[in-house]
Amino acid sequence: MIKAIIIDDEPLARAVVMEYLLDFPQVQVMQECNDGFEGLKAIQQHQPDIIFLDVQMPKINGFEMLELVEDMPAVIFTTAFEEHAIRAFEVNAIDYLLKPFSKDRFEKALNKWLGSRNAAPETAPQQTTQLLETAAASPLQSHRIVVKINGKIKIIPVQDVHYLEAADDYVKIVTQEGAFLKNKTMSFFEQTLDPQQFARVHRSYMLNVNQVTRIEPYEKENHLAILRTGAKVPVSKTGYPKLKAALGL
Amino acid sequence: MIKRPLSDKYFRWTIAVTAYVFLLLYGGMLIQWFGLGAISSWADSAVHILLLAAAVAMIAHNLGYYRPAKGKYLFLLSYSTVLTAIWLALSTWALKHMFHDQAEYLQWLKSAVPVHFLIAWIVITSMGLRSMLVYDMAEQQEALERREAAERMSREAELYKLRQQLQPHFLFNSLNSINALIVLQPQRAREMVLKLSDFLRGTLKREDQQWIPLPEELQYLQWYLDIEKVRFGHRLSTEVIADENAAKLVMPPMLLQPVVENAIKYGLYDTTEAITITIKAWVQQNMLYVQVQNPYDSALQQPHRGTGFGLSSIRRRLYLLFARQDLLEISCDELIFTTLIKVPQPHDKSNHN
Repeated sequence: MIKAIIIDDEPLARAVVMEYLLDFPQVQVMQECNDGFEGLKAIQQHQPDIIFLDVQMPKINGFEMLELVEDMPAVIFTTAFEEHAIRAFEVNAIDYLLKPFSKDRFEKALNKWLGSRNAAPETAPQQTTQLLETAAASPLQSHRIVVKINGKIKIIPVQDVHYLEAADDYVKIVTQEGAFLKNKTMSFFEQTLDPQQFARVHRSYMLNVNQVTRIEPYEKENHLAILRTGAKVPVSKTGYPKLKAALGL
Repeated sequence: MIKRPLSDKYFRWTIAVTAYVFLLLYGGMLIQWFGLGAISSWADSAVHILLLAAAVAMIAHNLGYYRPAKGKYLFLLSYSTVLTAIWLALSTWALKHMFHDQAEYLQWLKSAVPVHFLIAWIVITSMGLRSMLVYDMAEQQEALERREAAERMSREAELYKLRQQLQPHFLFNSLNSINALIVLQPQRAREMVLKLSDFLRGTLKREDQQWIPLPEELQYLQWYLDIEKVRFGHRLSTEVIADENAAKLVMPPMLLQPVVENAIKYGLYDTTEAITITIKAWVQQNMLYVQVQNPYDSALQQPHRGTGFGLSSIRRRLYLLFARQDLLEISCDELIFTTLIKVPQPHDKSNHN
């Protein structure tokens, strides 16, 4: 049996997927979800093999939801937004169905996955992760960061972020309310965040240029950026020009 | 293209009549005061005046083709001086030729050379100055008109673009709902196709109209909201209240569309709750007031949402149409987001279409 979850905020859109799935008796839909929060819970609970995911949804969008998923299922996107589809095909995602899609198109997508699953069961989720890294550069999510703390989802507007610091496999997001960890790379944030607002000033640091009050020389070729909160962020030799550019100097 | 005076009938007539009058006056004067013979007087007058008229017409005409950008007055003075010299040489030569046997007349002609030169120079220079001013003004006028036309065109293009903001996602998602309904509830699928058609036809039809009656715009919004109701089921309810006396008022088409789209986007797309969108229209101080309210979750929203593209484009459109910045008001408390649009009414209500 294959476990599936449908995540879409439109009941009729879910109904289409349900209807198309009638011809796949081996696929069992464990739950239909209205939004990303519900989807996240359902994924944790049911550990599905595949999810059918809309992008534009209340609260958090499909991409943001996937960032928080720990055990990545295979993903087939179902959306009316073409702009993300192009990226998806570039990185060879399982599939990206543009609404409205035909039954043939749906079956082709599902069969493609079923085939590859029998051959090499591990490939699909990896592809999705790869897709996420690229698709994240979309303007859809550049103005907020979604993190999970103690099983709860927190949405941080980017202007509230003071700076980001690399911490092993995580990135520490420092805000007024405290620091949050997110399982991402610095280069992910470098691609996602607005370069006018965030400068990668150091191999391990990225800072919100609006938070900088002054820059002091530090050791021989380095600098220190002093933030409004008094926090000191190291600025490397290569990071210094980037910071100056972001500050318009 | 600047009009040349020689192509202007009145200018040609003015030169001809003036020349004729001066020909008579000058001829008479020569006979009366200088005691020249009648034949030589009329000949002298005719040669001088006709050639002067030709010189004046020439300078007026030529300045239309060429006026240097720098030192145009110096150019004018040189031009008129040279022209006067040529005029004098020609007229003197012609008269000398005609009356080569009349020593007394020739003596007079010779002594009159400085006076002839001075008077002709003044006449030609004045005409040159006058023509130059007229041409400059015409050119400025033309440049102004061109700039105004360019501005009007860019304003129209911008307005057109601002009206063209129907979300393609809305269309595709609606088609997707129809796709589902065809199997589940064919009757409702048909209903939705019809509503979508009405809505799309409205979009196409109303593009050229400058003003449409409020009830028409509200009807159009109703179709839009009905379609969204099918998509989101019982989660969306709407309330449209229009004052009776507001029914006669008009507004630019597609102005409310993006406001309601925004209300749907933030009120409906961003929540999983059941919501109500309220649209109210009334008359106040001879203006049409339309208010759109939607609930929203302040915790989830971005602080910059008030400047989102939908609303800033409405502000821009209102400015382009009415040259006022105060026609869009946005307010929000914890739960309700309110957009208020004020539409000044056109004075001439006959040009709705």
